[in-house]
Order: sequence, then C-alpha cells, then structure tokens
Amino acid sequence: MTATAAPPQAPAPAGPPVHKPSVRKRLVPYWLLLPGILWLLVFFVLPMVYQASTSVQTGSLEEGFEVTWHFRTYWDALTEYLPQFLRSLLYAGTATALCLLLGYPLAYLIAFKAGRWRGLLLVLVIAPFFTSFLIRTLAWKTILADGGPVVGALNAVGFLDVTSWLGMTEGDRVLATPLAVVCGLTYNFLPFMILPLYSSLERIDTRLHEAAGDLYARPATVFRKVTFPLSMPGVVSGTLLTFIPASGDYVNAELLGSTDTRMIGNVIQSQYLRILDYPTAAALSFILMAIVLIMVTIYIRRAGTEDLV
Amino acid sequence: MTDKTEGGDVRLSGISKHYGTFTAVHPLDLTVPQGSFFALLGASGCGKTTTLRMIAGLEEPSTGTVHLGDREVTHLPPYKRPVNTVFQSYALFPHLSIFENIAFGLRRRGIKSVKKQVEEMLELVQLGQFAQRKPHQLSGGQQQRVAVARALINHPQVLLLDEPLGALDLKLRRQMQLELKRIQTEVGITFVHVTHDQEEAMTMADTVAVMNGGRVEQLGAPAELYENPRTTFVANFLGTSNLIEASVESAGSDVVVSASGTTLRLPATRCSTTPRAGGKLLVGVRPEKVSLVPAEEENAIAAGRNKITGRIAASSFIGVSTQFVVDSPVCAELEVYVQNIERDARLVPGAEVVLHWNPEHTFGLDAAQDMEAGIETVEESA
Repeated sequence: MTATAAPPQAPAPAGPPVHKPSVRKRLVPYWLLLPGILWLLVFFVLPMVYQASTSVQTGSLEEGFEVTWHFRTYWDALTEYLPQFLRSLLYAGTATALCLLLGYPLAYLIAFKAGRWRGLLLVLVIAPFFTSFLIRTLAWKTILADGGPVVGALNAVGFLDVTSWLGMTEGDRVLATPLAVVCGLTYNFLPFMILPLYSSLERIDTRLHEAAGDLYARPATVFRKVTFPLSMPGVVSGTLLTFIPASGDYVNAELLGSTDTRMIGNVIQSQYLRILDYPTAAALSFILMAIVLIMVTIYIRRAGTEDLV
Repeated sequence: MTDKTEGGDVRLSGISKHYGTFTAVHPLDLTVPQGSFFALLGASGCGKTTTLRMIAGLEEPSTGTVHLGDREVTHLPPYKRPVNTVFQSYALFPHLSIFENIAFGLRRRGIKSVKKQVEEMLELVQLGQFAQRKPHQLSGGQQQRVAVARALINHPQVLLLDEPLGALDLKLRRQMQLELKRIQTEVGITFVHVTHDQEEAMTMADTVAVMNGGRVEQLGAPAELYENPRTTFVANFLGTSNLIEASVESAGSDVVVSASGTTLRLPATRCSTTPRAGGKLLVGVRPEKVSLVPAEEENAIAAGRNKITGRIAASSFIGVSTQFVVDSPVCAELEVYVQNIERDARLVPGAEVVLHWNPEHTFGLDAAQDMEAGIETVEESA
C-alpha cells in the first residue's frame, strides 16, 4: 500500500483528476470479508446476545419472560448441575484420550507407511460420515446389547472386571454405563482426531527422520524427539476438535447411557425442551462455554504450538 | 579421530543398488582414503547420491559390502554408524533451536555436558550469536553451516555431503566451498562430497570420481582428470573439449593421425586406447590450449605444432578471455579461448585463421564412444 501511495503532493489541482485507484482497491478486502462477517453476525453474535439476555431473564412460559438481570440463575445452575458438568468433562476427556491413542497410530500409518493405499484409507476414515450420526449411534446400542457377542467377549477376557473396578461398568452390562457413553463419544469423534493428526504428520519431511537416524537416534527416539514434537499442531487441533464437541454432546449419553450418565448436554436439552426453563438452559450453556474456553486457553498455552513452524 | 593408524578408509566392494529392474548403481569398487576430500561427480540420476546413501546406511546395497576401516557396516542401521551426513535440504529440525540441532547427535549418545562442544562448533562455523534462533530464522547459507556443524560435532569417521551447496546462489556457493575446504583441513575428517557441479568438485576435492549411468567413469586428482580424460563423457563433462574424429596413419611413440587432410600428432602415452594404424581415434584438445592467429601469419607458427585452418564463426568477449567458435573442414565448431592480453583486431567473425597447439596437449580417446556424451547432461543439471 505504502509503495503505491500517491506521488509526494504533485501539484495537480488543474487538468484531469489524478488517477486514484487506491480508494476502491483499499475497499476490496472489506468487500471480501463481508459475507463472513454477515454470517458471524447472524449465526453467532445474534444468537449469543439473545441467549445472554435469556440467561438473565425471569418469568414463566405462561406469563412471559422479562430481563431482570437475575445473575443468580448462573450460580444456581452451576451448583445444581455440578456433577453433570464434571461428568461431561471426564467423559469428554477420556474419549479424547482414547481417540488420541487409537487415532495417532492410524494417522501415522496412513501418513508414512500406507504408500498407494493412503487415499483409500483416508476415504475409509471419513466413510462413517456417509451415514447419519444418529443411526450409527443407535447401531452401537445393538453392538453393546446385553448378552451380545461383544459384551460376552469382553466379559470372557476379564475386561469388564477391570472396568467395573474403575466404576465404568456394572456387572456384566455395558449398555447404559459410562463405558458405553465413552465408547460412543470415542467412536463418533475419532475422525476429527485422525484427520488433523494425519495432515500434520503428512507435512513432516521424512528426511528429518533420516537426519535423526543419521545422528544416532534409534527409531523410538526419532519418534519421541522429532516426529511427535512436529505433530503437536495436529495433536492440539485434534484434541480440541474432539474435546469441545464431546463435552457438549448429549446424543451418546441419551442413546447409550442411563440417568446416571447424564452429561451437561442432556441437562441443557431437557431444560430447553422439556422443563422449558429457558434462563437456566441459557445459563448452563454459557457456563459450559466459559469452562471450555478457559480449559482450551490453558491447554494451548501449555502445548506451546506457536513455536512450531 | 585423525589418527592414521585407525585405518579409517571407506571401502566399497562390489556394491550395487537395484530398484526393481532399474539399476541405480552398477557393482562398484571404491576406496576413499582416510582424511581425504573425495568428490563423487555426475549429472542427476548417475547414482552418486545412492552411493552416498549406501555409505550412510540410509540405503541397503543390493550386493557388495561397505567397510569403514576394518569394520564391516553393510547391514548396520544409520544410527549405529560412525558416519554423519549433511543433507541436500539440510534437514534441520524445525522445532529445535540451532543449539539443540547441533547438540542432537551428542545428546543421543548420552553425552550430558554438551555446552562447551556446541559452542566450539558454533565458533567453527561462525554462528555463535545464533545459538537460540530457530532454523527458519536463518538464511540458506547459515542453515547450511548449521547442517555441517550438526554433523561434524560428532567427530564422525566420515562426513558425507549430499550436494550441500546446491540450494545456494553462486557467490555464496563459492564462499561456502572455501569454508568447507577450510573446515576439512582443520578437522582432518574424511569428506565424501556428492555434487553435479564440476567446478565445485575440482576446487574442493583431492580426488574426484566421475560417475555416469551408475558407473565410475574415471577417478583421479582434478588436474589429472582434466588433462587426461579417458572417456568422452569425462572430456565433455569436466570443462569443454574439442573432439576430432581422425584416422590413425602411424602409431609409434608419436601417433600421427589425419582428419579431412589435416595431419595431427600426439604422444602415444596420452591415448586412453591403443591406437592402430588404419584405425580410428578421437583426438581431443582443450579450448584454452589452442592459439589463434590470422591466416596470413601461418608461417610464423613454430614447427612441430598441430595446425588446423578455419574461419571464425562467432566470438564472444567475456572479460578475461574471448571465446571463439571456428568452423573448419576438420571439425565444425571448434572452441578456442584466447586470453585478453593483446587483442588482435583481425580476429573477428568471418576471418580466416589458423589454430595451433602443442601436440603434448592433445589427448586420444577410443573412437567407439559417443562423442556427445556428457554434453547434454551438463545443460540438464545447470
């Protein structure tokens, strides 16, 4: 911009006006931004403002709601539903950890070892999206059904004893236990972990592996000192893409869990749609958002990915 | 590590590399003496990098063995070899500081106090103040020096350099060539340098192996290779040669040949093949060995010199010298480089001239070869 700025105060009052393309040109970026800004305004800012105002209203459906700046709703919602909040974070955290454990080796395989199978494997990762989220989750109900082969096998190898001891299952049931909900969350969000992991692993120059090997690093050390640190952007975005939606999810707990596994998403859903207590529902949504924001900020700070190229 | 008794020669015995049906390197025997600066020179795809990678352990040879000193390392993984590589792309670790990049090898070998060594190494490559920067904050030349330091700090028996100067511009490359040569002299480690740049190979290396099509065409000191090329590929790839197809008239200690009625002589010792009377021979001479005089001064030329008459087709002035292209019945497009000491105004395109040179400066090659070998490849890689 500065380089193309007008010549230093050329005496040009007379004659044809000085050619000034810069005004229109300078507006171009804003025009290009406009659709995005409109989108954000209509679908993000407006609903947020609306919800924020709802959360400080009092009243009932019959008499109508009114903004009374009743901030107490927040405190009441938090104290009353604290267990559900904690449970949501625990389930989402566990599912995220499982996604990372399952997804990393797969992403690594696709990025470095798959060769010509790479494309096919990536399609397979996304393939579940061709079926509805609900149908896939309902399918898990059948898979984890009492007395089914999966539960039988898990029982036979003693897996359920371990999870029972951890408090994740009860007896020889899997359905309607925390384990089922975590399994559903893990399953449903796994692609959101694999894809960012893959894209950051795939960008790693394999010559760095050679260089590390050349500098006396064993294969395990190459992974620990070179591959893993360089895949941190993928780990961070993968865990965020998994954890954030998982902590607000209610479908898995609804379909695979029981009343003892209710997550905060289920509470918000029932406040909105069944109890019709809009202020509490809105307050819960904001609390969840604040918690997630704080956790994410701390996480990104600690992961320190801004140092990575 | 500079101890000669250790016997740190690199010995390649019959190593080859196949990829499916493609042979990247034909069975090859090569000994790189301890402490030497050895260059593998060739156009892209000639197998030089594959050879280097087999020494590094990054590529397993299809046949043959690799010895470092008395130790066979053919099947040893790279992290167990006392060899380090400076990669073409430098392959610096982008997430580590310059200091940590250089310390990487030491740390992997469990050395705790690396500070002093790393600082010394940073001094050696003159990057002391950049220790805490990240690789991407450095220029190409600086990154290249980090790559050298990162490898050298481990005191390898052999340092492998895979076209390390390829990405640098010409001026910086010249500077780095001198710097690498200085470092090599200073640390006394064996350097094996892969390059496609013949000037780079000649200025830096003690011994150059010219590779073509997965084979070593010729091996020797730079001057030896330049003065006595044994194949047309070497004659054309290293510098420029005028090659004249001639038939042998008589073959004694002096070989007499004739080409289109012009008689030329050369010593038999300078023939890479045994010339036979009646047979064919490729006669070569370097452009800078040839003198050029206007046709009317032919009588002033000393007796016993090889002479060819022709007409100047083109000339280009390049400062220190003028390059002429002379058309002659003997050979089209003879190249002559004349030093600009006293410029003769008569030497202009169209002028009739006589080329003459000392028969001692003539070399003879087997005529059964492709005269153009090594010419296109130079352009390709340039």
